[in-house]
Amino acid sequence: MSKSNSLFQKELVGRAIKDAFRKLDPRLVAKNPVMFVVLVGSVVTSYFFIRDLVTGSSNALFTGQLTLWLWFTVLFANFAEAMAEGRGKAQADSLRKARTTMTARRLRGSDEERVAAPELIKGDLVVCEPGDYIPADGEVIEGIASVDESAITGESAPVIRESGGDRSAVTGGTKVLSDRIVVRVTQDPGNSFLDRMISLVEGAQRQKTPNEIALSILLSGLTLVFLIATVTLLPFAQYAVNQAGKGMTPTVPVLAALLVCLIPTTIGGLLSAIGIAGMDRVMQRNVLAMSGRAVEAAGDVSTLLLDKTGTITLGNRQASAFHPAPGISEHDLAEAAQLSSLADETPEGRSIVVLAKEKFNIREHDLESMHAEFVPFTAQTRMSGVDYDGRHVRKGATESIRRFVEEQGGTFPKEVAEIAERVSKEGSTPLVVADGKRVLGVVQLKDIVKGGMKQRFAQMREMGIKTVMITGDNPLTAAAIAAEAGVDDFIAEATPEQKLAYIRGEQTGGRLVAMTGDGTNDAPALAQADVGVAMNTGTQAAKEAGNMVDLDSNPTKLIEVVEIGKQLLMTRGALTTFSIANDVAKYFAIIPAMFIVTYPELGRINFLSNPKSAVLAAVIFNALIIIALIPLALRGVAYRPMNAAKVLRRNLLLYGVVGVIIPFPFIWLIDKILVLLRLA
Amino acid sequence: MLQIILYFLIILALTKPMGLYLAHVFEGKARWMGWLERPLYRLLGIQPDEDQDWRKYALCTLAFSAFSMLLTYGLLRMQGLLPLNPQGFSGEQMTPHLAFNTAASFMTNTNWQSYSPESTLSYFSNMVSLAIHNWASAAVGLAVAVALVRGLARKSAGGIGNFWSDVVRGTLYVLLPICAVGAIIFVASGVPQTFEGPKAITTIEGAKQTIALGPVASQEIIKQLGTNGGGFFNANSAHPFENPTPWADLFSKVLMFLIPAGLTYMFGRMVGNVRQGWAVFAAMSVLFLAGAGISTVAEQSGNPAFAQYGVERANMEGKEVRFGIAGSTLFASITTGASCGAVNSMHDSYTPIGGLVPLFNILTGEVIFGGVGAGLYGMLLFVILAVFIAGLMVGRTPEYLGKKIGKFEVQMAMIAVLAMAISILGMTALGSVLELPKQGSMAALNTLGETVYGPMTGNLNNPGPHGFTEMLYAFTSATGNNGSAFAGITANTPIYNTLLGLAMIIGRFLVIIPVLAIAGHMARKKVAPASAGTFPTDSATFTLLLVGVVVIVGALTFFPALALGPIVEHLQMTGGR
Repeated sequence: MSKSNSLFQKELVGRAIKDAFRKLDPRLVAKNPVMFVVLVGSVVTSYFFIRDLVTGSSNALFTGQLTLWLWFTVLFANFAEAMAEGRGKAQADSLRKARTTMTARRLRGSDEERVAAPELIKGDLVVCEPGDYIPADGEVIEGIASVDESAITGESAPVIRESGGDRSAVTGGTKVLSDRIVVRVTQDPGNSFLDRMISLVEGAQRQKTPNEIALSILLSGLTLVFLIATVTLLPFAQYAVNQAGKGMTPTVPVLAALLVCLIPTTIGGLLSAIGIAGMDRVMQRNVLAMSGRAVEAAGDVSTLLLDKTGTITLGNRQASAFHPAPGISEHDLAEAAQLSSLADETPEGRSIVVLAKEKFNIREHDLESMHAEFVPFTAQTRMSGVDYDGRHVRKGATESIRRFVEEQGGTFPKEVAEIAERVSKEGSTPLVVADGKRVLGVVQLKDIVKGGMKQRFAQMREMGIKTVMITGDNPLTAAAIAAEAGVDDFIAEATPEQKLAYIRGEQTGGRLVAMTGDGTNDAPALAQADVGVAMNTGTQAAKEAGNMVDLDSNPTKLIEVVEIGKQLLMTRGALTTFSIANDVAKYFAIIPAMFIVTYPELGRINFLSNPKSAVLAAVIFNALIIIALIPLALRGVAYRPMNAAKVLRRNLLLYGVVGVIIPFPFIWLIDKILVLLRLA
Repeated sequence: MLQIILYFLIILALTKPMGLYLAHVFEGKARWMGWLERPLYRLLGIQPDEDQDWRKYALCTLAFSAFSMLLTYGLLRMQGLLPLNPQGFSGEQMTPHLAFNTAASFMTNTNWQSYSPESTLSYFSNMVSLAIHNWASAAVGLAVAVALVRGLARKSAGGIGNFWSDVVRGTLYVLLPICAVGAIIFVASGVPQTFEGPKAITTIEGAKQTIALGPVASQEIIKQLGTNGGGFFNANSAHPFENPTPWADLFSKVLMFLIPAGLTYMFGRMVGNVRQGWAVFAAMSVLFLAGAGISTVAEQSGNPAFAQYGVERANMEGKEVRFGIAGSTLFASITTGASCGAVNSMHDSYTPIGGLVPLFNILTGEVIFGGVGAGLYGMLLFVILAVFIAGLMVGRTPEYLGKKIGKFEVQMAMIAVLAMAISILGMTALGSVLELPKQGSMAALNTLGETVYGPMTGNLNNPGPHGFTEMLYAFTSATGNNGSAFAGITANTPIYNTLLGLAMIIGRFLVIIPVLAIAGHMARKKVAPASAGTFPTDSATFTLLLVGVVVIVGALTFFPALALGPIVEHLQMTGGR
């Protein structure tokens, strides 16, 4: 999350207050049965308040306050929802503004022309310089620039976008801060990320998720139970009053107050805010969820498919050791390896040069002066190297070099094959070096597991999530890296079909699967997975198949998305439990107060000053708790990766047991304040 | 207290063997009654292997119940024309509303007795018209519970078993053998079993007295085992012919919990993890032991107002000396927990808190071991609610036994909770204020013989909060299908008989139908294997959570009613009034 202190920004609050009143429209409130009951209660008590005013009843002060706080209850719930929507709406507004005013500098050959952004179509090339808005979604094909993406992500620190690599994707509506880039447009107008994002952040097409619907049903059911309990209280009271011959049956406003206190307004009022805030939190991490359902499903995921490269290991392998063949010195091997790599611009090649220099201080030879000829890597030969002075130095995979050596009538030493296998088993990649028909030895290319990944996977295991590494490496190498990184399973020499089959297998076993992907051939697996996160740099097919897009194209983020999903569900559960637990105290506040005249003995379980202050204190607490819990609803409950049994114990104690106790002191305090201010 | 512990240990010891046997029977492995079972299927045209989906299963349950209720209604009304009627009772004693109430009562396993058996029922009515339900209602309860367990245990399945074969197997393999042995034990302890009419004898003081007799033992055994509770005599298990000795009393108590406790183990076994069954058993035990403990302490403390008269404070009013306080409160806790409704003491005469415990036991929805079958399926509804409310807190969509709890399951569980609330609170509310006239045609609605009661509160024997408790208890007992009476209320009038009968039917079928619907939906679901991230439902934490949900749902729904009944009464008593 970018800035946690931005939760209550002034303009957001101002806007949310306005929205809270706008949302009083009964048609909007009716979507939430719990709050609708509160609205009806507010209208009913308003009537009684007006009647009391007209008749000049001494009750007017009491009914008036009751009415006020019931209205506040509805408004507070509306405010919570408006706050949750606020950040998204503010973003949508600025996005919309940007969209309408943007002009693009389109390239036609070498000429440049100015056109309105909506006229751009797929394949157009546009130039952007400092101060320009990038007019459409696309890919940087030339140059490097720092880009301000705060309009989309809310993060004000600029990010680097460059051609090639996995940071080439740019989004329409973001602003170039430095340097010049050429962008190829990848989206037609009306279908851009900006357009989709505006409708998503505005929540215009927000649908209730399955879990939200189930919870709403539970809350509606509880509301009905309490409605019955409250309505039948009137005849019960009638009986009691008849029998005791004193006291009065509770008035309608008091019964309405009791009902509002009992129905789960806390969770009812915050339910939609929790869902919206959950999606917003995903967005804060630069991931765009296409639906709330996807975020929810992320919480249920029990199998994570992670690409090895970039997620588990650093993208590049590095040379870590030279293993000479029998009879060859390590120095000779290092020199040959260095020679073969001088013109090799791959990170692996460069790391061999660096290692040779570090170990034996072998100076870099000047290829030009040696009249050496560089032999580049091809898919057919699967080798690279140099030819000079009649020497043919090559490096490559074991099988390729074996063929190369045998073609020239040489033999491939058994010892070298063994070395290569040992290196594989350690999770490294063996690169065999040969000079003509002579095999010199093996260079060990080590995969570097990212720091902290092992702990992260251990946490995942604790949470009951199985991690699966996907790699194109051979099974030996894959097994070693899997062991080093601490993942639970791996798929070696993975093909798209294998991925798909693995996902299907997990799903048949009842598990939910999440994966990341970027290539077109990942699309079927992304579509099959319950949570498919496509990289923004990835192909269009991949992006359309997944149900989330990661703008940063950082596969590690899948883990964070899972955590947000869990946090979302936990927040719902915690507030539901808290809301229901609160009812105990409210009963103890109101019921004795209602019947204290009829049955004076009830005074012994009464802890409040007088009947009016008791009812008011409970209603005020009930309204204020909504406001007090807005930050929790928006940020989500504190989340620590641990196993379910521990989480359950902790949250039950925190929200269940504390939920029963906490209202007592607060209701008592509000009661005392009301009496002190002579309001009751 | 020692009695409670001893009793509990006996139940604990019997749970596993009983559960193993029940699982054996309902998995279709028991065959030793095949010589009777197979011809019975042929006779009734049952295909015992047909796997029914939940709708069909529910339809069979309803059809069977409706048919048997109508049959009983007819037989009761015609008892004058039927044999085994030495006292010559007829439809005159068994009025239409009483026959409706009684038929509903026995069909729903409630066994609320608005009538006084000795002066209303012929032996035939007792032994046939009503006794068939003692068997059938228990067998239906068993069948529904087994169907739910199957629904939870099966993976991606369409059906939940066969209603007819479940009922037949439950009767032949479970109820019948235990009854055959048990009845003899009762006879051995002094319970009569005879077709002779009542005996007129001369007492030692020379007075003439009529001693009611009859085929008691065979009734007594199924009354307790099937958690029916309808006594042969009005005094029920307080009557020396129904419950002659402390040993017979202990035997009765064990019988009440025998099947309900065994079902928890069967559940665990059938879903493939006995710990799941023990977790449910533990939750039931916590609720039971707490209630029995509180009730016993309350009765032993008695009424503080008595102290000034130098009288023993412990409350012996309405209790049999041969059972004492602990023997009585334990019986009361068991009978209300188990939805049995047999009584060996007057609950009406308990102290307010002592009486609150039995009332609250029923208000929980009869899940403290509960009725045969009904206890398990009722508790599993609470499990679904508990899993849903708190299950979210572990950060996953709530699931039970690897199956996700969704909209449908929550909806069904809430229907059951709502039905209880509407029936109990709605009818008590009606009773609190319904003013029937003492004259005119409407007056007949609340009339027994020559007595015209007028308002529904007119039938209460006590004023104030105690009277309110009597009425609340009556509707609670009916809705919870318990059948025990707090007494102190004259319920044999058209209005009460009809309302109570309706309450019983609501309390039975508005739970059974949602339960079977859940069973059907759960059976179809895929099962996700448990992992460290799954909500553990076989732990002590879960047991306490389940207890909490049962108590809180009961307390939140009924607190206002309880506050105006037993709670006020208790405060009045301890306040010296």
